[in-house]
Parts: sequence; C-alpha cells; structure tokens
Amino acid sequence: MIELVRNVRLWFAPQEIRGEGKTPDYRFSLANERTFLAWLRTALALIGGGFAVDQFLPDLRWAWRAGLALALLAAGVLCALRAVNHWVRCERAMRRGEDLPVSRFPAVLSIVVAIVAVAMVVVVLAGWAG
Amino acid sequence: MTTGAREERDPGLQPERTRLAWRRTTLSSTVVAVLASKAALHDRNSAAGIVACAFCCVLWLAFLGLAHRRIRTLAAAGPAGPAALAPRQATATALCAVALAVCAVALVF
Repeated sequence: MIELVRNVRLWFAPQEIRGEGKTPDYRFSLANERTFLAWLRTALALIGGGFAVDQFLPDLRWAWRAGLALALLAAGVLCALRAVNHWVRCERAMRRGEDLPVSRFPAVLSIVVAIVAVAMVVVVLAGWAG
Repeated sequence: MTTGAREERDPGLQPERTRLAWRRTTLSSTVVAVLASKAALHDRNSAAGIVACAFCCVLWLAFLGLAHRRIRTLAAAGPAGPAALAPRQATATALCAVALAVCAVALVF
C-alpha cells in the first residue's frame, strides 16, 4: 500500500524519477512508452466496449446492460491507471538497473474479459430464446 | 557524408514507431469520443446529454493536444534521441481515458 502511494506520487513528479540512477538508452525508454500506449489503447477499447454495450444492446434488460457496461468501464479505468503505474515502475527499474517488474495484471484482465464475453453470449442468446 | 547520415539514423526507427503508436492511440480515443457523443445525443436531447457530449469533446481535444506535443518532441529529436516521456504527460493521458469512462458511467445511468 505504501509502495502504491509512493508510485502515485511519482506519476506527477518528473524530477524525482530523474534523480534516480542513470538515464537508460533512449530506445528502452521509447519501448516502455509504446508499451504504455498499447495498454492505454486496451483501456480505451474496453471503455468503447462499455459505450457499445450500452448502445447496441437496447433490447437487454436494464440491469444486465448496465452491469455489463459497468464491468467493461471499470476494467478500462483499472487498465488505464495500471498502465501509468507499470510505466513508472519500469522506468524506475531501468534507471536503477534492476529487473523489470513482473505483474499478474495481464492474466487477471484476460480472465475478466473472458468472463464478460461469456456473460454477453449467454445474455444475448437468452434474450433471443426468451 | 552519407555514412554519417546513416549512422545518425536509428536503424530500429524507434522515434517513428513511437510516433505511430501515439497516432494509433489518438485514433482509439477518437472512436471512443464518437461513441460517447452518439450515446449522449441519441436517446435524450436533454441539457445533461449535451453537457456530457461537450465534456467528451473537450477530453478528446485534450488527448489530441497531449499527443501532438509528444509527437513534436519526438520529431524534433536529434541523434541523441528524444527525451523520455514525462510522468506528468503519461498521467494526464491516462486520466483523460479515466474521465471518458466516468462520462460513460454518467451516461449509462
């Protein structure tokens, strides 16, 4: 928890991260930046999916529609915040010459996406049947 | 002369690839902004819908501005390579995405 607070402070403080270690090869920093952007696109896609569920499944019962949309939107928010956090952690690890941080977030996210997808298939099929 | 120019150029085209990654991200944010505007203006032509739509457009413009600044930094970089992304810029970009999601939650309810 304290580690997380310290990381959040780093999100807004460029000088603090520059103070640590030495600047890595710019190509590594750019690769880290591209990874961050890829995660941000994933977050945007999840948020867009939330909008799409809300709009393109109008026959669904409200509770289901809102629930699916909220699950996608929450996943998108988590993904965006985690993208910054992971980027900061990687940047710091590169400056200090440590190993890059590992994370179980990708596995959790894929499981959540799979569950939402299965739920959507079930809900749409049940909607057709009933 | 030619060899010198070739040495200056990063064979991995890292700045160019990063620039294109920013472009792709702005494209994604455009799709989300269009979906948001459609959602805001579709079912209710109320004041709240228009405010939400305007808010999404502002967020989209902020996103474009951030990406544009970064792309200019990347394009202007010399042979030593561009400066790393500032944490504040990264945070601002991610917060734009979060704000879009908050806007979406407000529209669902």
